[in-house]
Amino acid sequence: MSGGTSRGAEGARGEEARARAVAAAVVDPELPMITLDELGVLREVRVEDGRVEVSITPTYTGCPALDAMRDDLRARLTGAGFADVRVRTVLDPPWTTDWISESGRRSLAEAGVSPPGPAPRRPAGPVPLTLGPVRRIRCPHCGSADTTELSRFAATACKSLHRCNGCREPFEHVKEI
Amino acid sequence: MSFDNALGAIAEDNDEARWAFGTGFHDPLAGIDASVPDGVDGADLAAYCLMLGDDALVMSHRLQEWCTHAPELEEEVALANIALDLLGQARLLLARAGAAMGTGQDETALTETVLTEDALAFFRDAPEFRNVRLVEEPNGDFAHAIVRLLLFSTWRLALLDRLTSSADPVLAAVAAKGVKEVAYHRDHAALWTIRLGDGTEESHRRTRRALDVLWPATGELFGVHEVERRAAAAGFGVDPADVRAEFDAVVGEVLAAAALPCPAPVPAEVAGRGGAHSAALGALLADMQGLARAHPGATW
Repeated sequence: MSGGTSRGAEGARGEEARARAVAAAVVDPELPMITLDELGVLREVRVEDGRVEVSITPTYTGCPALDAMRDDLRARLTGAGFADVRVRTVLDPPWTTDWISESGRRSLAEAGVSPPGPAPRRPAGPVPLTLGPVRRIRCPHCGSADTTELSRFAATACKSLHRCNGCREPFEHVKEI
Repeated sequence: MSFDNALGAIAEDNDEARWAFGTGFHDPLAGIDASVPDGVDGADLAAYCLMLGDDALVMSHRLQEWCTHAPELEEEVALANIALDLLGQARLLLARAGAAMGTGQDETALTETVLTEDALAFFRDAPEFRNVRLVEEPNGDFAHAIVRLLLFSTWRLALLDRLTSSADPVLAAVAAKGVKEVAYHRDHAALWTIRLGDGTEESHRRTRRALDVLWPATGELFGVHEVERRAAAAGFGVDPADVRAEFDAVVGEVLAAAALPCPAPVPAEVAGRGGAHSAALGALLADMQGLARAHPGATW
């Protein structure tokens, strides 16, 4: 009997690993070169009593891509044979670009999107004013450090727009938060 | 219903997959009532969240009105992005308010086809809104938009930063995300204020005029409504009077860099927080609420 329980628990862990692998392979709807796992948006995958519960966190509070992520996760998991799938949204702790994995950063750069540097570390006291560029953004196309910020906001809330003064190509940068 | 914390529950998934944006989702707050922490008065929490939510909602609408009117494409995108962040904050805060006030006690025109969050946004009239009047002032020129954004986001950032330790875990989580967003909004507005104020004679003149027009509304940012006083005492809210020093320091630093005079502090007052608004809010709501009222429960 205890052996049966053990095998059952093992089976559940196997199912959880399989569900996690399926969820981890879903790509971001707006940055399709990287997965939700690499982006750090996928927080947890659990299987209990046959139900898959996936927890994701928004990059920005109003991020409209969250709906698409949810639909994609549900569709892929359902397609993989999991009948009962729930996708929860969690807000705490808040997402930070530090959660983007090394492989995610490489994929972003290979696709011409400059990956974020380390998220700003805040000193004690009020949030300090930042009135200039905090770091030199390197061009993901030619590697030049001679770049200009064109706009602090780009096509999505998580990116800013830049141009390389070396190769003259415009590019997007994932903002450090 | 079981969940790790109230944050999970407020954002609980539903079959319509419409939590973050768009319409057509069912009540995302089922079972949330129990999550109001001990020692927190539900009615006060609801009223307090409405204040912060209405500030974001109305400010977001004024920024949305800039769509297709911004002076350059990059600013078009910037103002829309900021509006979207604030709309996201407003949605969570209104949803939190709806949950805290409890179903059935909702005084708004809540029907079976209209959800609590939407009911609060679309079916309250101007006197029921609790935003400060700074955000409802009609738009002017671009300098006006920038100066308002500077004043608003400097103030809101100081509030949200303190709310990250709120006794209400939902409010604390919304604030923690909001701090990162609003800090970026504030810095954007500060950069533009300096560029315009310390720019050409014309841009300086217009920025100074915007400051003259908007500054009187700053007194209201530090007036303490009785709900805010109780919220601060109970540990889930912030006494707005406490953020004045930070506001003065940051705005003063930016205005100095922008070669603009820092006006004298305006005496604190309570107006919008108590439902006293200008006629401008009525016109704004007619625009914002028209479709939802003509077609309750409409989705797209």
